[in-house]
Amino acid sequence: MIADLVIALVFIGYAISVLMGFGTILTWVERKQAAVMSDRIGANRAYIRLPFTQVKLVWWGLFHGMADGLKMLLKEDFKPRTYDWYAYAVAPWVVFTPVLLVFAVIPFGGTLTPAKLWAPLAGFFGERSWPMQIATLDAGLLIVFAFSGLTIIGAMLAGWSSSNKFSLLGALRAGSQMISYELVLALTILGLILIYGTVDLDVMVRRQSGTVLGFLPAWGIVYQPFAASLFLAAAIAENKRIPFDLPEAESELIAGYFTEYSAMKMGLFMFAEFIEIAIIGALFTTLFLGGYNLPYMSDAGFALPGGAAVALPHGAVVVTQLATFLLKVFLVCSFQILIRWTLPRFRYDQVLTFAWKFMFPLALANLVVTAVVVWAVRA
Amino acid sequence: MSRKPFVRKQYWNEPEMGLWERAYLPEILRGLLITGGVFLRNMGKWITGRKGALTTYYPEETRWDYAAGNRGKHVLTRRPDGSPQCIACNMCATVCPAKVIEIEAGFDPADAAHPKYPVKFEIDYSRCVFCGLCVEACPEDAIRMAKEVPHLPSGDRWAMWLGREELLAWQPQSDVAKPYPPAPAGRRAPGESA
Repeated sequence: MIADLVIALVFIGYAISVLMGFGTILTWVERKQAAVMSDRIGANRAYIRLPFTQVKLVWWGLFHGMADGLKMLLKEDFKPRTYDWYAYAVAPWVVFTPVLLVFAVIPFGGTLTPAKLWAPLAGFFGERSWPMQIATLDAGLLIVFAFSGLTIIGAMLAGWSSSNKFSLLGALRAGSQMISYELVLALTILGLILIYGTVDLDVMVRRQSGTVLGFLPAWGIVYQPFAASLFLAAAIAENKRIPFDLPEAESELIAGYFTEYSAMKMGLFMFAEFIEIAIIGALFTTLFLGGYNLPYMSDAGFALPGGAAVALPHGAVVVTQLATFLLKVFLVCSFQILIRWTLPRFRYDQVLTFAWKFMFPLALANLVVTAVVVWAVRA
Repeated sequence: MSRKPFVRKQYWNEPEMGLWERAYLPEILRGLLITGGVFLRNMGKWITGRKGALTTYYPEETRWDYAAGNRGKHVLTRRPDGSPQCIACNMCATVCPAKVIEIEAGFDPADAAHPKYPVKFEIDYSRCVFCGLCVEACPEDAIRMAKEVPHLPSGDRWAMWLGREELLAWQPQSDVAKPYPPAPAGRRAPGESA
């Protein structure tokens, strides 16, 4: 029981530090990648001077994120005179918390057996092993959608309680857009659920560690390439980033539903957006890119297509899986940033048309085709 | 109230989209390939220790390709004897739209032709707009602008003032010095003592 608690605390600490780390580092990656993509240098002036020396650490502008965070903490926390200040104060947290909670069901590694990592740990943990996932739930994907749906409430709450027309209009835009794309998001994943026959994310990852046709890794993107692109597009729209950042419109709606927020409350909205990039990356990795496993890899080691197998010690497997997961998530995040700095944004009616008249039918068609093929293969 | 139905204006140069552009996805992929290619190319340069950007790191680097007529840092010209050609008439300070020139005039009884001379001639580069009106206004060709920029980045605005000595001593390579015209007959050459 105590061992369970310790493991759970370790996993929670890991997950929170990973998400916070991604949120912080992505603000820097976004700037630098955008700069490199457009032949610029990017932010590189903030530095930390070592005390009592003239040594200035610049580190390619990494400290700009710290400077921004400090700025947001130290700014005046302006409060509008609103009739519902409680909702106003709680809204950023309603946006921020579910984003973190989604990560609870995402497996970020295979199975962890502390006794095999380091022999003296056996005295405390015994020979038990734990899946590297905060909450091992059968209903994994359903939890993901349940929590990610909560952010809509936060956005609506923020817009409503600000007593500002622009905020309210921005919140309406955000709400209708997020609800539309949530539907598409769920429909694109239904095909995967049909193929894997489960909504448990850990089982889904394990099913992806085999091969198709003898050599291709059995990743979701190989089975469902079309659904993968739809999923990514819908997820970016759900996150309200360019090309779908319609709740924000400087000339008409100012900053949309967080117009009236300043200082760290606004920072929370921004931070939630950046963490959600990482969450989308983690979901995409888990569903379509084989999760924490390298190609041909499982908890036992590598099983190469030629029939050769390489067994790995438990510690090496755990480290490889953790690193692989982080790397894949980072690459997907980077791809999202590439999209954000490449595509021009839609008009608002085009966003909803795109969701309902283009992506929704395509997702349905994908689902029907998948269902027929799965039925034909199983029969 | 009757209202005319909205008719979208057709422009003569309206772009026409073919089937390929209408399909939308291929064009998106093409765009992503272009930006991704630029990213990889520049990143490759950065990783191999070369510069992958067109930007100039300003205080550390300056551009070499300033135009020949670029209005940059000011030069105070001198007479052949080395005294400043400026007669402290204050025309440049008057015409200056940013009011950055400060001149304090002095009296030199030894030089009958140019009794007024600048004791102080200061330019505040933190406010200068580099319009060149001072050069236009000068009746004596005493102030010119060289193509090099002042290059005074600083966290302290008082470090951005240049005084008489700096402006006189600065010898820009690009300044094509016009020879001082010879004195008309019957007049003393400047600098020649009585």
